[in-house]
Amino acid sequence: MGSTEAEGLPPLPAPGTALVEELDKKQLIILRDGRKLIGILRSFDQFANLVLEDAFERIIVGEMYGDIPLGLYVIRGENVVLLGQVDPTREVPANLTKVTASEIKQAQKAEKTEVMLKGTMLKRMDFLDDVG
Amino acid sequence: MLFYSYFKTLVGQQVTVELKNDLAITGSLHSVDQYLNIKLENTRVVDEGKYPHMMSVKNCFIRGSVVRYVQLPAGGVEVDILHDATRREARGT
Repeated sequence: MGSTEAEGLPPLPAPGTALVEELDKKQLIILRDGRKLIGILRSFDQFANLVLEDAFERIIVGEMYGDIPLGLYVIRGENVVLLGQVDPTREVPANLTKVTASEIKQAQKAEKTEVMLKGTMLKRMDFLDDVG
Repeated sequence: MLFYSYFKTLVGQQVTVELKNDLAITGSLHSVDQYLNIKLENTRVVDEGKYPHMMSVKNCFIRGSVVRYVQLPAGGVEVDILHDATRREARGT
């Protein structure tokens, strides 16, 4: 792959070494399904498969947030959207209040049902489109 | 390899990366690799109110596979050079 490199360019860095600087630091990972994981990055590879230590999922609902402890996590690279270094001095989202894991799970569930309900209501009104 | 080389010439410039999940992040391009994974510095999320968890993130790594667009600074593209390079690459020289 690197042998056909145009003249004058420096040699390619080894595949996927961009994360070396992020090792052993607290990272926020956004997954393809929208989940947000926070943990210390311990290892990675060229696919962005990741190993997170002391990981937890952070759920934000409205003005509340809650953390669900997960422990040691290996994340398959294809699910990773973004990895960002967390500034330790402002890790806690401003103007959000912390609640317990069970409370945030409950809030998330409530939000989900509300969204679903809205969806079915809209569906029931679909016939109006046909009339017009 | 062409766009990898091209993105490398943009390092240091302000770009906006729009992801497939509609999140758009502005920042200065720190580095890019052959998968077009992108690292941004001094990032700012375009719609901050919608993504409160991104407030604490100042530098980030974006997996190339989730990028939809990269918005470049005006004048960021030297179209003639890119044209030329494209044709050279197509000829395989």
